[in-house]
Amino acid sequence: MKSMKLTLAATAVAALFSLPAMAQVKIGVVTSATGPTALVGIPQKNTVPLLPTKIGDLTVQYISLDDGSDTTASVTDVKKLISEDHVDAIIGPSGSPNAMAVIPFVAEAGVPLLAPVGTAAAVLPMTPQKKWVFKTTQNDGLIAQALIDQMSKSGIKTLGFIGLSDPFGENWYKVTSELAAKAGIKIVANERFSRVDTSVTGQALHILAANPQAVLVAAPGGASVLPEKTLVDQGYKGQFYQTHGAALDAFLKLGGKEVNGTILAASLMLVLPEISDSNPSKAVAEKYVDAYKKLYGHEPATFGANVYDAGLLLEHAIPIAEKSGKPGTKAFRSALRDALEQTKELVGTQGVYNMTPEDHSGFDKRGRELITVKNGHWTLLK
Amino acid sequence: MNAQIVLLLAQDGLTNGAIYALLALSILLVFTVTRVLFIPQGEFAAYSALTMAAIQAGKPAALVWLLMAFALCEALADLWTIYKRAGRVRVSVLWLCKLAYPFALAALFHLLPLASLPMAVQALLTLALVVPMGPQIYRLFYQPIATASPLVLLIVSIALHLALQGLGLLAFGADGGRTTPFVDATLSLGSTLRINGQAACVVLVSILLIVALYLFFGRTMYGKALRAVAYNRVGARLMGISPTFAGKITFFFAALVGAVSGLLIAPITTLYFDSGFLLGLKGFVGAIIGGLVSYPAAAAGSLLVGLIESFSSFYASAYKGVIVFTLIIPVLLWRSLKSRHVEEEEEQA
Repeated sequence: MKSMKLTLAATAVAALFSLPAMAQVKIGVVTSATGPTALVGIPQKNTVPLLPTKIGDLTVQYISLDDGSDTTASVTDVKKLISEDHVDAIIGPSGSPNAMAVIPFVAEAGVPLLAPVGTAAAVLPMTPQKKWVFKTTQNDGLIAQALIDQMSKSGIKTLGFIGLSDPFGENWYKVTSELAAKAGIKIVANERFSRVDTSVTGQALHILAANPQAVLVAAPGGASVLPEKTLVDQGYKGQFYQTHGAALDAFLKLGGKEVNGTILAASLMLVLPEISDSNPSKAVAEKYVDAYKKLYGHEPATFGANVYDAGLLLEHAIPIAEKSGKPGTKAFRSALRDALEQTKELVGTQGVYNMTPEDHSGFDKRGRELITVKNGHWTLLK
Repeated sequence: MNAQIVLLLAQDGLTNGAIYALLALSILLVFTVTRVLFIPQGEFAAYSALTMAAIQAGKPAALVWLLMAFALCEALADLWTIYKRAGRVRVSVLWLCKLAYPFALAALFHLLPLASLPMAVQALLTLALVVPMGPQIYRLFYQPIATASPLVLLIVSIALHLALQGLGLLAFGADGGRTTPFVDATLSLGSTLRINGQAACVVLVSILLIVALYLFFGRTMYGKALRAVAYNRVGARLMGISPTFAGKITFFFAALVGAVSGLLIAPITTLYFDSGFLLGLKGFVGAIIGGLVSYPAAAAGSLLVGLIESFSSFYASAYKGVIVFTLIIPVLLWRSLKSRHVEEEEEQA
């Protein structure tokens, strides 16, 4: 927390003293560093000082705002960034519902938005408005495909699903049920719970009664632990799958020995030492993790890397866009959008980006690893 | 759906219901004595659960800083009051003790090997940290406006809830906490019924606490004084009962009950810095069922909330929250049709 305050103070001082002497690019950052999504927002906000401050001969100024996990506040923040600060691009917001809410406003103003959010609905299906949105996380479908493939390989035919009763859980159910149907896996139980529930016994009993061979839990952060622990307590013996939302050390800490053997697909950051050096993302991710550790004394959650990747995308696209106009103009922002869309083979912390007009997330299979929990540690699933 | 599932669901519902009942009772107590609708009641539960988790992880409890800050503010406020009344500053022994307490506690937290202590000591340390915040909060935020209208008090409660939740995030971080159970045993009764030790512990401690509160209010002088204040504020004051003292002791109990319920529920579930609100809200629904006057009805209402929650999470988990909170509408309708409307006693206060 102390470091957070320091960062705040440093940002404030930097904002006061940075004189617009050279041509300058302004990037707005909106994160949920407080409120219910703070788990995601804090590492994202902490990543802002690690973003590139000089791109080519342009200096970059970051204006970091907190939306308190409140959708209305996200919209206010974005409007303020656009109309008062005249930013050239926006990174954020942290939450999926928040990102969906700001899309019409960034599209209207013609400001590229780099959203570090989970839901694929931010960029799919592509519409004229979503043209302005780029997503720096793996689409749910990409992760789900990896899990479903693993299930087919280990001969699982029946699956129980329990997810959060919010867009994260709903979208996961949607993609999982589609992919499972194709793979011939039957979903025999479909349950919902909420993050602050004190008990999921009812849902667990329902799943237990259906007795599936495996259970998929779709919830971000620490909430992913409760259903798994409850099912184990009730005597469920099947295989557990988790989404990339559970890819946090808090999952191991809260889960204890009960979560051993859980399988999930997530970014390679979780098992960095085990990744072979030939993987291009390894060096980028190591650089990020080391820089973050130096600043804050602990390793970042993968959510922070999504903001870092946004910085990498901008670092690549801004020099191209500069040819079409000066920063702060409509021509520059429009060219920036076009340049982002043409990103090819850009190596980020979590995978390799190949943007197309249809795909504004741009990850392929290199953006995920199958990971399991062994003796309280993440290890690559072999 | 068979008998075993019904029993398990009922057990789960009663366990949660017992926690809601504890919170409902303290909300009711605070409301009747001080007319404050104490929204942050659940925050005490979240604070104590997360403090316990931090202690068990061997981390220093960052909440001590808040206790220190409150104590400093309280000391200054007391000095100011004395100065205004007597024209000079006097320092009493009690004043010094109150100021020194959090620093002594902080030293204790610093010196003791927190993670390796017996669980009872860890729980006591947690209570020693969280419970004094109750009277402190009353002194700092409610005592200066004790005669304000219930609406103003409610607004202060909401502001306090938001502030305490934010401070909780600052003190504990966004990760949730879960503690080791007090009882790890599972009792098997026949082949159909398994009783979870921790769940039994929750129900047992809740009953004990409720009986203790009942005895306190029925048998002791202080308890009777509080009941007198709840019954008629002005009359009690004429009989020499200090409303300030009544307020402080009420908040002490509210914090104690809240902190204990936090300790009880922490091993069963993961609690977050913002979990307290929903816990308190469900306790509030229970208290509403009791019409904000009757203790037994509030306890019964809370158990009902727990049971409905448990069964609805089995049948229609996606609509669980909707079902629980929709319950309040027919109850309010029934209550308002049944009871005569009594004008708010604003002028009198």
